Amino acid sequence: MSDSDKKKPNRRDFILTATTAAGAVGVGAAVWPLVDQMNPDASVKALASTEVDISSVEPGQSITVIWRGKPVFIKRRTQDEIDSARAVDLSELKHPEKDEDRAKNPEWLVMLGVCTHLGCVPLTDKGDYNAWFCPCHGSHYDTSGRIRKGPAPTNMEVPKYEFVNSNTIKIG
Amino acid sequence: MSEHEYTPKSKVGKWFNDRLPLLTLANHLTDYPTPKNLNYWWTFGGILTFCLITQIITGIILGMHYVAHADLAFQSVEHIMRDVNYGWLIRYVHANGASMFFLAVYIHIFRSLYYGSYKSPREVIWIIGMLIYFLMMATAFMGYVLPWGQMSFWGATVITNLFSAIPLVGDSITTWLWGGYSVDNPTLTRFFSLHYLFPFLILGLVVLHIWALHVPGNNNPIGIEIKKPSKDTVPFHPYIVIKDLFALLIFLIIFAFFVFFSPNILGHADNYIEANPLVTPAHIVPEWYLLPFYAILRSVPDKLLGVIAMFAAIFVLVILPWLDTSKVRSTVFRPIYKQFYWFLVADVLILGYVGAMPAEGIYLLIARIATAYYFAHFLIILPFLGMKEKTAPLPLSITEPVLGGSADMAMAKNNSDFKEKL
Repeated sequence: MSDSDKKKPNRRDFILTATTAAGAVGVGAAVWPLVDQMNPDASVKALASTEVDISSVEPGQSITVIWRGKPVFIKRRTQDEIDSARAVDLSELKHPEKDEDRAKNPEWLVMLGVCTHLGCVPLTDKGDYNAWFCPCHGSHYDTSGRIRKGPAPTNMEVPKYEFVNSNTIKIG
Repeated sequence: MSEHEYTPKSKVGKWFNDRLPLLTLANHLTDYPTPKNLNYWWTFGGILTFCLITQIITGIILGMHYVAHADLAFQSVEHIMRDVNYGWLIRYVHANGASMFFLAVYIHIFRSLYYGSYKSPREVIWIIGMLIYFLMMATAFMGYVLPWGQMSFWGATVITNLFSAIPLVGDSITTWLWGGYSVDNPTLTRFFSLHYLFPFLILGLVVLHIWALHVPGNNNPIGIEIKKPSKDTVPFHPYIVIKDLFALLIFLIIFAFFVFFSPNILGHADNYIEANPLVTPAHIVPEWYLLPFYAILRSVPDKLLGVIAMFAAIFVLVILPWLDTSKVRSTVFRPIYKQFYWFLVADVLILGYVGAMPAEGIYLLIARIATAYYFAHFLIILPFLGMKEKTAPLPLSITEPVLGGSADMAMAKNNSDFKEKL
């Protein structure tokens, strides 16, 4: 099309474009509540943190608590387990993370007990690393909860948590 | 379609039909010319319609007694089983009805694959059918979550987590689907709502599927174009109606066997344990009809690629009319494709079997080979075979091979000329 053929936009074109644009914004604004209602509601968000008493957990023992509807593993690791987690060369890992960064207090490993593949709960003290093994699709995790073998893409997630005192952990 | 314009005989009928031509539609459906050589594999369309109606009716009734709440759902299902009058029957028909529905749909799909019913000019029928199949899988999956047993819960967890594989927005999408940070009550209530909705969407698509079918008319076992109406066709009513009803009766015997003698054989015992978010069952398995896709998902060691492979396995079916380059529809005239067809059937059955087994060792290896073959069938074998294969000569009409036009098919089968042509 040459320039002379090109129709100059007139006032009608402008009004049509402006009306369509305003209409699109209006429809978008009307649809958004219909979509957003499916996101977590206020009552779900209100259960965002939980406190756990860990005084009765022995070395080598692991407990599971619920936080936001998901299991959280709290493992009191033995010295052997800590050593084996810290001795791993980061280049061997699919998702390289230092054990020091995952467990600030080396004795206590706190992480979401949710396999990062498709969300199953891994079994404790199982698998090739004698730590966690997901029975659903065969992911093996080491004593730091890091993915070592199988389809899971990342290490098990460490949630935000803090020691309220030496016997209590607050998750969330 | 009938050649003549239909006019109702009664005055009232004519008055009504001029305002809303429902009687014309009814006349079209009864007179609809159907190839006279349709075999029993063609009866599954009617059987599937019956299955859909059965699921809708039993589902509406179950919805009157079921409570969609994480704390009450499991109990309410047991309440249906023990307290509601005939509740056990209605629930078992609904649960086994889903399996029967899929059994029929797989036969229907493989019928189409064998006789080339997806090819021009029936591509749109096929694509609508695939949409129906996809919605059926979504509906069945959400329905399986509703009893809130262990398999319900963990099946829902695994399948919704598929979406977390999407880069960047995956986690937000999963949270949005859940309505929380894990599968929980908000997930259950929305699944109930959608499980109620989807069958009606399927019903709408079934209407389009049949409408699209009635434009070119039925394919047939010989796969050639026929004149409609002609000596090669019979009216839908009563010929096909009575044949469909007879097939439905046989189908119902099998259906009833499952409902009355082994109502739980297709389910999992784990689903009679109430959902527990802290304990994953040792071996999560979907319902049998989803196993081949589950095997494909697990055979890929990477999460995102596994999910892509699983959805691609369905998508290759959608574009099948353009992957199969052969102009000859019926496998009857395609000697090499016939062998590959049965390889594919075996491959899908193997995928189903390994999908039910643990994903390790030999099973994983078999799953990988079977997955590779599945894609090779559609993406490599079909396009090339269509160009290379030497097909047998096609008859000019359905009756032509039958001794100069006699309608006796038994004679055709014994006719040596006909056999040589094959």
